[in-house]
Amino acid sequence: MSHAVLSSRRPSADTEATALEVRGLGKSFPIGGLFSRESVRALHGVDLTIGRGEIVALVGESGSGKSTLARCVARLERPSSGAILIDGVDVLKRDRFQASRAFRSQLQMVFQDPFGSLNPAHRVEHFLRRSLAIHRKGGSSETETQQRLEELMTTVGLQADMLNSYPHELSGGQRQRVAIARALAVEPQVILADEPTSMLDVSVRIGVLNLMRKLRDEQGTSMLYITHDLASARYLADRTAVMFAGELVEEGESLDLLANPAHPYTQLLVSAVPDPARAGSYDPVRRAELRQAVMASTTCAFDGDPNQACSAEEPVRHGVGDPENLHWVRCHLYRPQAGAGGHALATEPTDNKASA
Amino acid sequence: MTVSQVSFGSHEPVLDVKNLSVKYIGDTRSTTAVDRVSFSIGTGEVFGLAGESGCGKSTIANSIMRLLKDPAKIAGGSISFGGKDVLAMSPDELRRFRWQDVAMVFQSAMNSLNPVLTIGEQIVDIFTTHAGHSRKESLRRAGELLELVRIDPARLKSYPHQLSGGMRQRAVIAMAVALKPSLLILDEPTTALDVVVQQEIMAQIKELQRELGFSVLFITHDMSLMVELSHRMAVMYGGRIVETAKAQDVYANPRHPYTQALMGAFPPLTGPRIPLTGLPDGVKFRNIPDLSQAAPGHFVAPVSADASAADDTAIMEGAAR
Repeated sequence: MSHAVLSSRRPSADTEATALEVRGLGKSFPIGGLFSRESVRALHGVDLTIGRGEIVALVGESGSGKSTLARCVARLERPSSGAILIDGVDVLKRDRFQASRAFRSQLQMVFQDPFGSLNPAHRVEHFLRRSLAIHRKGGSSETETQQRLEELMTTVGLQADMLNSYPHELSGGQRQRVAIARALAVEPQVILADEPTSMLDVSVRIGVLNLMRKLRDEQGTSMLYITHDLASARYLADRTAVMFAGELVEEGESLDLLANPAHPYTQLLVSAVPDPARAGSYDPVRRAELRQAVMASTTCAFDGDPNQACSAEEPVRHGVGDPENLHWVRCHLYRPQAGAGGHALATEPTDNKASA
Repeated sequence: MTVSQVSFGSHEPVLDVKNLSVKYIGDTRSTTAVDRVSFSIGTGEVFGLAGESGCGKSTIANSIMRLLKDPAKIAGGSISFGGKDVLAMSPDELRRFRWQDVAMVFQSAMNSLNPVLTIGEQIVDIFTTHAGHSRKESLRRAGELLELVRIDPARLKSYPHQLSGGMRQRAVIAMAVALKPSLLILDEPTTALDVVVQQEIMAQIKELQRELGFSVLFITHDMSLMVELSHRMAVMYGGRIVETAKAQDVYANPRHPYTQALMGAFPPLTGPRIPLTGLPDGVKFRNIPDLSQAAPGHFVAPVSADASAADDTAIMEGAAR
């Protein structure tokens, strides 16, 4: 095994280098009956930028709004507010009612379940050929299309003769590679991958992550990698953003963020990851303190920040450490409004006081 | 020293599995899901069984509980629990054996609660049916049991849907230890839960285990979690055990290439970002030989050059995908 350290791409402040920008994205779902005016807020004021050729990970617990964000960005869900910019153009304004083909050729998705996302009645070739045909990327002749198909298979590390296979003949890892090849056929600028490895067997997961990294390195594809697995986010992504209750609480260069988590919620997540190297790290007292700090902090560790004054109303961003890491944390004093989604933590503290 | 003699807790094994083979019999062909597997679990020991989906972990758990249904058949070997032959038990003995001697928490156990009965009613059922307590006495014990897993006894009146996933899973664990079994089988107890909740449940199981002193058979594919919780562990592949040793030894010094691949599949949370390889697609091991001792207490199946093949044909029936 080579011990070369994997490269990490620093995002540039240059706006030209932005592949995808999400501004103030919000999404509410109505709850209750037809005439109910109640709604649950799944996303609120999410700002996220992905540079060209950059991999950004979005982490958080189930219910925190990660997948809602992905569905909004992929235009499978209509956001309640905010803007989604690709190449500086607000795609929500450009194609008002549904995603256009132009948008689909800029952004593609890879879903969690490769068993569900490939039609079992078709051969692998069909999925790729259709992507090429719809987006007119197959060249002008059959020879060119055939060549492109074989290229795609090679890129994702599959044998060209697997083009004739049906999905059920492939393993989970191979199917996910086909799903990635299908997304690549369109030559998108951005790939949205929503938990692409969580349904795969553990020993092939790392292979899919390595493939994603290779695509970024060789083809410059930008990616938003959505996961609940912090270790894999650290392994793959240049930057990591942490979502809690529908809002981002912290973001920064992956290694720096996980080595120096500044928000109590991030600290809670990091401390919960099983790691044999620091076995026995579970401390119920510390856990209870962190919960308390997440739900109702009365102090902010960044009180006195010369650039940004603390605020309980506005989600102020405090810079953390070296500015080069682009590491910021939301002011600890800020509390999401009632009705915000993602109550993974809020549901249990009463029953956990005893363990403190 | 043979494999079954190594144990961490007491030298008196609670569970002794010897050369267990389980086959799924089909019309045209049969598949060996578990192939000559031997291990033992000592009193108060936490024994981990790691491996990927399809490697036979859950089949072993179901064999121990005698829950296998057609077309699965135990084709050979023995399972003895506290000196009794589990495979020879009569239906009456089995009824006592399950839950009182050995309890099991299934993968999605939190969804196995009856949605139309309160948590309390379901726990009371255990005491009235298995221990013959009065209703009032059972209810008191049910309250104590919930307190044991840090759930407010007022929750006895709650229905399962009123509890969060983590609380439901804890309630199920409480029910499993209700009759103080000497062995608890945990089959992927936290797979469906978030990390924060997962860590709390695991801490709870550790605490209960210290308090009540039962042995644990812990089944998971998450190597990091397994190393944290288990004293000793075994790694399975294609129905066979390829490596078994103290968990810390497996973690620090995995010897079988498959174990190394599994360990390499979990990126670390600290240190530099080093490229990991995992198991390349299509690599399969076949004809895995019996374990031999590589270091004191560390048993590994020898790997010969031709035993692993990098091709795409399924060489071994029932091999992990």
